[in-house]
Amino acid sequence: MLTYMIRRTLYMIPLLLIVSLISFSLIKLMPGDYLTTARMNPQITEQTLQQQIERFGLDRPFLVQYWFWLKNVLQGDFGTSFDTRMPVFKTLFFGSRLMWTVIIAMTTLVLTWIFAIPIGIYSATHQYKPSDHVVTFFGFLGLSIPNFFFALVLMWMLVVIFHVGDRGLGVAGLLDSRFFDSPFSWAKFVNYIWHLWPVWVVIGTANMAGLIRLMRGSLLDTLSLPYVQTARSKGLTERVVTYKHAVRNAINPLVTTLGLSLPGLVNGGVITAIVLNIPTVGRAYFSALQRQDEPVIMGGLLFFSLFLLIGNVIADFLLAWVDPRIRYD
Amino acid sequence: MARWQRRRKMSKAEARSREADQKEYVSRSQGQMIWSAFKRHRVGNVGTVVVLLFILFAIFAEFVAPYHYGKQYRNHPYAPPSTIHWRDEDGSLTRPYVYRTDRTLDRTTYKVSYIEDTSKKYPIRFFTRGEAGYKLFGLIPSNIHLFGAMADDGDITEVFLLGTDSLGRDLLTRCLVGSWVSLSVGPLVVLLVIPISIVLGGVSGYYGGGVDMFIQRACEVMLAIPGLPILMAMGAALRGFGLSAGMVFMGIIVALAIVSWGGTARIIRGQVLAIREMDFVTSARAAGASDLRVILRHITPNVTSYLIVNATLTIPGMMLTEAALSFLGYGIQEPMTSWGALLNAATNVGSIEQHPWILIPGIFIVISVLAFNFMGDAVRDAVDPYSVI
Repeated sequence: MLTYMIRRTLYMIPLLLIVSLISFSLIKLMPGDYLTTARMNPQITEQTLQQQIERFGLDRPFLVQYWFWLKNVLQGDFGTSFDTRMPVFKTLFFGSRLMWTVIIAMTTLVLTWIFAIPIGIYSATHQYKPSDHVVTFFGFLGLSIPNFFFALVLMWMLVVIFHVGDRGLGVAGLLDSRFFDSPFSWAKFVNYIWHLWPVWVVIGTANMAGLIRLMRGSLLDTLSLPYVQTARSKGLTERVVTYKHAVRNAINPLVTTLGLSLPGLVNGGVITAIVLNIPTVGRAYFSALQRQDEPVIMGGLLFFSLFLLIGNVIADFLLAWVDPRIRYD
Repeated sequence: MARWQRRRKMSKAEARSREADQKEYVSRSQGQMIWSAFKRHRVGNVGTVVVLLFILFAIFAEFVAPYHYGKQYRNHPYAPPSTIHWRDEDGSLTRPYVYRTDRTLDRTTYKVSYIEDTSKKYPIRFFTRGEAGYKLFGLIPSNIHLFGAMADDGDITEVFLLGTDSLGRDLLTRCLVGSWVSLSVGPLVVLLVIPISIVLGGVSGYYGGGVDMFIQRACEVMLAIPGLPILMAMGAALRGFGLSAGMVFMGIIVALAIVSWGGTARIIRGQVLAIREMDFVTSARAAGASDLRVILRHITPNVTSYLIVNATLTIPGMMLTEAALSFLGYGIQEPMTSWGALLNAATNVGSIEQHPWILIPGIFIVISVLAFNFMGDAVRDAVDPYSVI
């Protein structure tokens, strides 16, 4: 098991390398060259420009440039943002962007599971009843609303229909301005939650339908297995049969899909953060893209890729832990 | 259930089976079974009808749309949806009509409002001749539109059923024309993804060994690439090249296909691996069939049901991604438009607060994606007619 874990973790390195090469070529493909823009800028002296050319090998062929970049990255230097003149790391993760990105992803994932699994169980135990159809319909509806549109409509409803502004509540950002400098308090915490719930609702509804359907299907399969019949014939109540015997086994296939749900989480997180103006890495990436800030775009792509890979590895470990029948050698 | 009831039920079932024995068996082809299973999925049927309606409206977009999608009514920027009046001045029901509206600026609040000029009625008429000429199916030149507003003396006024955008372009027209892109993106991406996945997944699963290793590693790389962020970067690259809008549209489709083939190819590989070991493949090989023939004639037909399901379920996802990209400005470029691109005007709350109708294209997205999802659900249940659900 340990060797499997180590191998699985080390395997991320070549994958990241290839992703970085792809991202690098894509960015070099982008029109608009940094050097020409920089020469127009009177604040940048010819000397700094020469330094930059030297450091990133900007006058060299493409693969050499990639090699320069890689060498710098291996030394922990992701370059300097063209726009903010700060290191890429700082620009992307400025303030608590990294923390919020991870917090939003984790909380959304947990909330999705907390809601989707009971709904899936309900849907399976009430198969083909009207309530099952209603649940399925709303699941599909959540799946079919574009994240950005849902976020826009939520904002519009809160502002125009519910007039939350009258109560001193804002809808975009992470915090209302009056809490900016205040020390951490209960009221501040509640304000954070107030700003986060639209994010949870928007990303959560988009990912819940799949999970509900999986749970429903998996539980229906499990409920038709002979051992469940045995449990029933022993005279156990339907409740015990469902929750103690069937559900525990039915959840296993869901853990497999944990890794598959990550891209949805990343994509949803990026676009929701852009619309709702939440300071996350996704938002920083978007502004970098708008300003053609190549080193930051590069760093952002690497970050998202690493995020996906780590998530997948964790999902694999979780699966190995949940289902001891799976053997890895 | 009491015992006697159960017995009665059983005997009923027996009677039915005996009846069936006496009746002539009806043999049904796989196609017929799929069709009957498909018909049983009520919500899926509704979804399919809605999808077909959307396609119909897209085909006849220029006829249904009252104006040309680029036409700017400069004195009607951000005009709200036209009010359609059903009642006369004396309150009796009449044929629907609109009034001409004039833009007025309140000098103190600087608020723009549109005021109706109630001196003349413009009844809504069908099959009116409009100023926007078009070619139906790209062939038949015409200038007849589904509806228009014309007074009895032949005077014409604009009617904006869904309002206008910042340049005074009719939103209904733009939604209809935008449906060309929004509806075609999904199927076009699928048309690219499926051949790629069949070839790569098929080769990978059938031959195994080094080729398999290589293709699988490639799939893993594709799955490690963050979809939306990289698509945004691709969109930015496409936008900067100064390509024509049509080329950008093609580029977006190719980009979507590149990002999404990994998962499909992997699943096809898994299926091919399983099918490869089956007896009919061995016997085909023993009979001297070439590799190509085995893959195309014996293995591919067995993965078609999966492919159909995959296609119908990929389409809505692609539609959503295109909408998100265009919304952010990295998708479809002017003068082409799509529902997502139309929502690009609605990026901030202030704008939506003043002109809520600019959110309407989003409703088109929701309804069409929902319809595609339900249709896909029905297809998934139907393509495997032998399974007992």
